Amino acid sequence: MMTAYEKLRTVRSANRPTASDYIERLFTDRVSLCGDRRFGEDGAISAGVGFLDGIPVTYIATEKGKDLQTRMENNFGCPRPEGYRKALRLMKEAEKFRRPVICLVDTLGAYCGAEAEERGQGQAIAENILELTGLRTPTLSLVIGEGGSGGALALCTTDRVYMLENACYSVISPEGCASILWKDSARAADAAEALHITSRDMYRFGVAEGVFKENFGDLDAMCGEIRRRMASDLKKLRALSTGELLSNRYDRFRKFGIYEENGVRHGAVL
Amino acid sequence: MNGIFSSLANAIRPRSDEKRTCNFCRAEHSASALANNLNICPQCGKYLSLSPRERIGLVADKRSFAEMSKGLKSVDFLQFPGYSDKLQKAEKLCGEGDAVVIGTAKTEGLPYVIFVMDQRFIMASMGSVVGEKLTRAFEYATEEELPVIGFAASGGARMQEGILSLMQMAKVSSAVKKHSEGGNLFISVLTNPTTGGVTASFAMQGDIILAEPGATVGFAGRRVVEQTTKTGLPQNFQSAEFVCDHGFIDRVVPRKELRSTLGSLLRTHSTKFYTGDAI
Repeated sequence: MMTAYEKLRTVRSANRPTASDYIERLFTDRVSLCGDRRFGEDGAISAGVGFLDGIPVTYIATEKGKDLQTRMENNFGCPRPEGYRKALRLMKEAEKFRRPVICLVDTLGAYCGAEAEERGQGQAIAENILELTGLRTPTLSLVIGEGGSGGALALCTTDRVYMLENACYSVISPEGCASILWKDSARAADAAEALHITSRDMYRFGVAEGVFKENFGDLDAMCGEIRRRMASDLKKLRALSTGELLSNRYDRFRKFGIYEENGVRHGAVL
Repeated sequence: MNGIFSSLANAIRPRSDEKRTCNFCRAEHSASALANNLNICPQCGKYLSLSPRERIGLVADKRSFAEMSKGLKSVDFLQFPGYSDKLQKAEKLCGEGDAVVIGTAKTEGLPYVIFVMDQRFIMASMGSVVGEKLTRAFEYATEEELPVIGFAASGGARMQEGILSLMQMAKVSSAVKKHSEGGNLFISVLTNPTTGGVTASFAMQGDIILAEPGATVGFAGRRVVEQTTKTGLPQNFQSAEFVCDHGFIDRVVPRKELRSTLGSLLRTHSTKFYTGDAI
């Protein structure tokens, strides 16, 4: 069995499929859409409309890029504020036409450059999370590689979260955690264990509802399974009234947390 | 010292007359001299932190504060290296159960729900307790149709609680959204420092966002930004003034004007004060 850090290194490797490989196989009749209508276009967010098993959907994905040039252009899948605002614009557009939103996530986190700070990276993520909690249409997300902190949560505050078998989801990168706590980023493997970042952990915490086996030898078959699960969950979610949908989503996140109150422990027992 | 200013200073009562060193210019002051100046360094003018109780004393009407959910404590449920020790030390240092105090209060007679984060408590990082208390604060305010005034300060999510600390951002945001859809006011006041996952969630979700002069406000830490951008950054980068200039904060409000500014905002957002003819 791989350790948590080995899994993370695996999903970070350049020869793994990126979002576009899944988009091609999950959605038909696609039209990709661009821009945040505020400042610019961000290739780190790849988005558009299409059909998932006959259901019209909006897809929003972090795209790391396929070769060195696109990887550089896309900041290796780390979105800028305009990327998050593009995602938000398309979520609102989906809401208007009652189209479900499906997010595919593979990012180290939001881009940390000076210009991202100047254009309100924190505010952009905050607004996405806020609006996703109230979006009046079903929402799904699938972590296909790395789910890096707030930059991932901005696309994962959804009705259902799925993960690929080796995908990781973490509040902070193990390297960042090790360098803050132990002033030694070389201890990332220890941090990865301590943080509990694997798909198994996410399933156990209730952070993810489903984990898909990886079978890159037959990506078509693997995506077929993902598509069927998504379509089946969307059917269930679309049968709910908007009120039920939103109240279930509220409860989904309301339950997270483990603490003691006046000596009594609350929250899920692990 | 005149009128309101001296009454504000009375709110900050140092426990003893110990010396306190300014974090910025290293000048030494007696705690009472600092308190008389609202914990603003008389030497360099920089803002030193206030404890939650001092902050409440500064902005709320006398004896108007009623605390809620005081009995919550963090649990080291991941057995994360060093976390239990950190919690114990922080509790001893602050005399608080965790990094946020919540309750109801009034300013200039107007009621609201208040939360104040305590940066002395593990950098006011947000774990399960902070997330739960903030969520309860917003839920209570939604039920009672009260405004929320929140003082943010935080290094970000509490990594010792793993993914569940990240989930607090979504949990609190859900409660903020509900509160907002009920037509209620949320004033977010950013104090030094407001960073990471707190900036990327409720701190930036206020209808009105105020900040204290000189407070650091940002998403990524300065060093991380420098490493990413590979250039030097201007001195004022990520200062409240810088962020205000970039359009993400409504006003930078000096500490001595904070109470009256909040009073005005509460009045202008309350339908009770509408005296015009109905249209």
